[in-house]
Amino acid sequence: MNTPALKEWPLWEVFVRSKQGLEHKHCGSLHAADAQQALQMARDVYTRRQEGVSIWVLPSASITASAPDDKESMFEPAADKIYRHPTFYEIPDEVGHM
Amino acid sequence: MAAHSDYLLHLADNALILGQRNAEWCGHGPILEEDLALANNSLDLIGQARLLYQHVAALRNDGRTTEDLLAYFRDVPDFRNYTLLELPHSTALAPTAAGNRDYAVTIARNFLYSALMVLVWDALKASKDAQLAAIAAKSLKETQYHLRHSRDWLLRMGDGTDESHARVQAALEHLMPYTQEFWTSSAMETVAIDGGVGVATVSLQAAWNEVVNDTLAQATLTRSSTDGHVSTGKQCLHSEHLGFVLAEMQSLARVHPEAAW
Repeated sequence: MNTPALKEWPLWEVFVRSKQGLEHKHCGSLHAADAQQALQMARDVYTRRQEGVSIWVLPSASITASAPDDKESMFEPAADKIYRHPTFYEIPDEVGHM
Repeated sequence: MAAHSDYLLHLADNALILGQRNAEWCGHGPILEEDLALANNSLDLIGQARLLYQHVAALRNDGRTTEDLLAYFRDVPDFRNYTLLELPHSTALAPTAAGNRDYAVTIARNFLYSALMVLVWDALKASKDAQLAAIAAKSLKETQYHLRHSRDWLLRMGDGTDESHARVQAALEHLMPYTQEFWTSSAMETVAIDGGVGVATVSLQAAWNEVVNDTLAQATLTRSSTDGHVSTGKQCLHSEHLGFVLAEMQSLARVHPEAAW
């Protein structure tokens, strides 16, 4: 007792795995007092329609994100390097679907 | 008509009335995430009620009983839910406004009821009524989550701030006396137990006490006395609150009795 009440609950990012063998995918965020509560709330908010078999939550504050202003210098230089796409190879029929 | 259909109605009415009560928070929850959690809880409970009403209708097989008839066209003296489940979300004796709703009462009630129903559904998996046993197996999983959810909040409120502690302690003191009804015997339960269909809740009392006492101790809450008036909702004698619950829940169906989606 006597814990000061949180006025604002921290934000959590929610990742849900839809099937065994697939990766966890980011599906949204929510507010919760701690990780365990975030997990339960994620269950109630994001898996109501059988979307998942596993949930990860992590504090949004722990994510370091690229700045929108850096977009040109970070991503546009890749635009004219089409040779990095493996579209210049012919795949033999025997290989099948890759 | 099966001898134990009143027992099935007791189980169904419990689920329906608590589902309706919890649904009052829909759109008014303390936060968006909890609003959804309570709506999920309500839909689980109403789903349990539907399966049980459908089962009763099939057993009666009289060409007129349907789940809707049982849910929407019976009146207070026909309902067999525990009185605990029809009480408003408030410790006030005569709460008059939705604004009086206290989430601590909601959580404490869901905890006390879910702690019982986890044991009841688990026992009913061995019911001689195969349909009831199947409903119990499905309901058990849902109820285990309801217990986890309400227990988690009970711990947070009890071991939280001075205000949350005081509110949840008051909620327990208000609600605990109504749990006496869990353990009394009634004619419809005796019939079901003798037929191998129902479970004697009194045989689950020690296990329930253990869950409740452990949780309250962890939550730094005090277990209040449970003496005084023993409520009789399961024997169709209700508090004044059930009439208002039914009035709201049944009004649409009664205005449009043949309505279909």
